[in-house]
Amino acid sequence: MHPAPSLILFSSLTGLGLGLLAWLAVLGLASPPLWALGLVLAGAGFLASTRHLRRPSRAILAFTQWRTSWLSREAILAILALATLTLHGALLILRDQSPALLGALAAAIALTTVLATSMIYAQLRSVPRWHHWSTPALFLALGLAGGALLAAPRPVALAFLATALVLQLLHWHQGRTAFARAGSTLSTATGLKGEVRSFAPPHTGPNYLLREMVHVVARRRAAQLRLLTILLAFALPALLLVPDLRLLAAATHLAGVLCSRWLFFAEAEHTVGLYYGAR
Amino acid sequence: MTALPPPSPRKLGLVIDLDTCVGCQACVVACKGWNTENYGAPLSDLDPYGASPEGTFLNRVHAYECTPKDAPAQIVHFPRSCLHCEDAPCVTVCPTGASYKRAEDGIVLVNEDACMGCGLCAWACPYGAREMDAVAGVMKKCTLCVDRIGNENLPEEDRIPACVRTCPTGARHFGDLGDPDSAVSLLVAERGGLDLMPELGTRPVNKYLPPRPKDRAPTPPPLDTVAETPKGFLGWLDRALAALPGA
Repeated sequence: MHPAPSLILFSSLTGLGLGLLAWLAVLGLASPPLWALGLVLAGAGFLASTRHLRRPSRAILAFTQWRTSWLSREAILAILALATLTLHGALLILRDQSPALLGALAAAIALTTVLATSMIYAQLRSVPRWHHWSTPALFLALGLAGGALLAAPRPVALAFLATALVLQLLHWHQGRTAFARAGSTLSTATGLKGEVRSFAPPHTGPNYLLREMVHVVARRRAAQLRLLTILLAFALPALLLVPDLRLLAAATHLAGVLCSRWLFFAEAEHTVGLYYGAR
Repeated sequence: MTALPPPSPRKLGLVIDLDTCVGCQACVVACKGWNTENYGAPLSDLDPYGASPEGTFLNRVHAYECTPKDAPAQIVHFPRSCLHCEDAPCVTVCPTGASYKRAEDGIVLVNEDACMGCGLCAWACPYGAREMDAVAGVMKKCTLCVDRIGNENLPEEDRIPACVRTCPTGARHFGDLGDPDSAVSLLVAERGGLDLMPELGTRPVNKYLPPRPKDRAPTPPPLDTVAETPKGFLGWLDRALAALPGA
């Protein structure tokens, strides 16, 4: 799949922002800079997502189809999350207290928003690498770990970082065999028996499908990006927690998550690639 | 509403005969021609006369080399377009309600006025049946020529999809696959019509008829074996060369 910068930024920034805000809400921390940082990250992420739309003026309609569409659910949840979080944060900062129940509710909505984001990808059977429980688990774990780096006690942050690392490795591991496990081949795609191979493509130029879903070039440096992800998202932040360099740890972690998210898109193979004899 | 309607008794769709298709691309052209002038935004082309032309198409014809286990390889032409799935994943993922499946006949359509061009439906389709138009910024897909099949301004023989109307070999058939006695359903039953990627649970309405088993050509008689012991001048030359040192 095409690793669109708008989607990489969107999912990484909202994950970190909402993760941070969820921790602040649950712990009842009245820290204006951290609340501002969380809201800016989440807000910037949602703005980035609109860059992906060809007709952003119609985005208002995306609030209507929550019954079936994870993308619509995410849009609604994002607004609810930002509203409840802002209210809770404002009460904490301006009045020094806010109901713990409101904090728990705001955090729950924030995490459900991250879950909805991940389900946009995890629901797609056409992309076997994404269609796995480890996708939502990884998105949630990364959001919580990133937020914990900024807001949670050190042992808690380390525990979440370790959990996220395990899930990241597991997601990569299941991804290697996901396409084969799904069972789609050029034979099932065409119904032809025997050995089937693409003989002539239907068009000589590029097209939307190939650019969007058969994006092979972006996978070339996968091994290096995996290493960078492990170093930047997990190892360095854990080391930086020892001298309590929270902001630097979170920034490094975000850089690592961006690498991970690039791979998430770039390595994902869509079944339409079968028709073109490429994945 | 992007919830799928309850299954309709009427299921309009195509039956594509892979045995008969010759890959002439006439359906591609007819589809582009009709759908660029009628329903919704035109199907745009980019750089049509330049070095890297491309465009939006609702139907693409691939060619595959297929080698059955005990038979010689054959070329199969394979038109690929929307299968109007009964469990269409492209419909339920749509956040704006632009994608829908018609309750009365199961045709999957896009209300282009509500499409925000997010592209998620194209990702959800395992078959690559949807293409975002580069100029209009809305999702395009096969409409099964909704503006032809019920159009009383057209002569009756034209009230079928443009691709079916134009196919010179009769490889494309249009009809109600929900009716077990319809011509298309009988054809599917007779020829063993197949679903594409059934493992993904989309339950396509369109069916593909596999190529019929081919007659075997008789094994060609072997050519006369080339003489291994040359005679005449060549024989003399051969013996002379063999007498030289190193031979």
